[in-house]
Amino acid sequence: MSKRTRRARKERVLVTGIGGNLGRAVARRLHRRYEVVGIDRRAVRHMPKDVDVEQVDIRRRRVEDVFRRQRLDAVVHLNIMHDPRSRQDEHHQFNIVGTQKVFELCAEHRVPKVVVLSSADVYGPDPRNDQFLKEDAALMGGQKFEAIRDLIALDMFCNTFFWRHPEIETVILRPVHIVGRVNNAPSRYLRLERPPTILGFDPMVQLIHVEDVVSAIEKALTPGIRGVFNLAGPSPVPLSLILGRLGRSPRPMPEPMLKWMLSTAWSLKLSDWPVPELDHIKYICMVDDSLARKQLGFAHEHGLESILRELGQGVRR
Amino acid sequence: MLQKVKEQVDGALVHAIREDVWERIRTMDAGQNEYGFDPFGFEPEFLKYVAPPAIWLYRNYFRVETFGMEHIPDSGPVLLVANHTGQIPLDGMMIATAGLIDRSPPRMVRSMVERWVPSIPFISRIFARAGQVVGTRENARILLRRGGCILVFPEGQRGINKTYDRAYQLQEFGLGFMRLALATGTPIVPVSVVGAEEQMPALYDVKSLAKVLGMPAFPITPTWPLLGPLGALPLPVKYRIYFGEPMRFEGDPDEEDRVVGGHVERVREVIAQMIDRGLQERRGVFF
Repeated sequence: MSKRTRRARKERVLVTGIGGNLGRAVARRLHRRYEVVGIDRRAVRHMPKDVDVEQVDIRRRRVEDVFRRQRLDAVVHLNIMHDPRSRQDEHHQFNIVGTQKVFELCAEHRVPKVVVLSSADVYGPDPRNDQFLKEDAALMGGQKFEAIRDLIALDMFCNTFFWRHPEIETVILRPVHIVGRVNNAPSRYLRLERPPTILGFDPMVQLIHVEDVVSAIEKALTPGIRGVFNLAGPSPVPLSLILGRLGRSPRPMPEPMLKWMLSTAWSLKLSDWPVPELDHIKYICMVDDSLARKQLGFAHEHGLESILRELGQGVRR
Repeated sequence: MLQKVKEQVDGALVHAIREDVWERIRTMDAGQNEYGFDPFGFEPEFLKYVAPPAIWLYRNYFRVETFGMEHIPDSGPVLLVANHTGQIPLDGMMIATAGLIDRSPPRMVRSMVERWVPSIPFISRIFARAGQVVGTRENARILLRRGGCILVFPEGQRGINKTYDRAYQLQEFGLGFMRLALATGTPIVPVSVVGAEEQMPALYDVKSLAKVLGMPAFPITPTWPLLGPLGALPLPVKYRIYFGEPMRFEGDPDEEDRVVGGHVERVREVIAQMIDRGLQERRGVFF
């Protein structure tokens, strides 16, 4: 409290889904410059001391109290579930209804800025893709992959909101595969000792380090910034090169066989890889991030070497 | 062990390429990053796998003769526009080989391939590493902005899959390449390939079978499918490749089809003229 009175009041940022790896990284970065409050329905650990966290489901009424109590200057919305194992309706409910609720509250309580973390997955891997997709490319990710459909719906919902409420600065970030201290599908795949690959395919892949995503979120909080931004890290390289540098021994398999194995493992609950995700190691889904570099002033700090070093350590641990 | 075998094979392959050619390939600046890949997945080093067979086909099998190579500018963006013939796209490979070994300084010709190519195992990988790019407008634009030399076949499948009774008849041209040239101010070099039409003269195209197999065409040639896989080999015809003078067009890229079509027609005429010239100049299909 003493801090707050001594200096002029710091800007206050609400981070939803603060308990995740990304949420924690965001909180750790922002808490020096901003006053960070967080909500999550999970129990939250390892948080900086000056961060207020409330354990509450985003769809509950109690979230409203957070908005009412705190005069928020910005909301960073990370509370988006990507668990392919959870029930489709629950997944959908949580993501769509939750986001809608947050946005409604933002409009009601006149929060001037909202940053939403979407993903480059909304474009979807496809052989017909442009090598570098711009922000206005069609969101085709749900064509074959149902689980991605609520992410697309959410992204589109944020887009409409952005037109309906010009007084709120909405930023939608679409990063490529995030790696580093996170536990998402691409990181888990790259940490496998013997990752399966599809025989005859070796797509170019873009990776981004989680800390660079956090920097982009920080930049997105700058007043005056609004819009949709693709985020990518170092220049793309083939998947085989990444696996080679990591010292992995990939298991190339014919696609029908791999599909069959994966769908069997999935139904026996032996694996958490949905079959349509295979397209990510088959086709390209790369983005043009020049807009973010120009307008956000985004620049990646972690090159491929440091990303690979960190991923390599992930296995030994 | 495997690593050693691979190294030896690589060494032998490099050896098969003439030293000066390999030097040109190795020192090529394709905008690649520190790992040797350009953003499209092109790896100049990879050409050591593709170049020896291509050069062998070029020199010994098809005995390619080129005319007017000097019309391709030494640097800067350029669009090569060619006729497409012969059931399998070896014409593109031969034009690219010509740019690499018959020209000094060499130019890396990158062709725009069909959008389903990346969905074929192995082919997808080989094509990308050898510098082939999926033919979307945005991709072409990026390559031209990087000063690339792009090869397009505006006839597309209509040209390559036609039966022999329509040999050397240019099919309808798409307008995309002209809009691209207008938008980027890129010069167009018309290219005519004579000879490829006879490498696999198709007597009939079994459209229904092609549809079932998901192929663009199922040609019946004098040898295919009669002789099995052997019949799928192209005949050792003689290729003649003509490069015309660069053509420059000006105008609004978003103009009506009628106007853009007029420009396209001029390119098409030049290509047709060069084909006629080639047909007159050659003494026979195999000579």
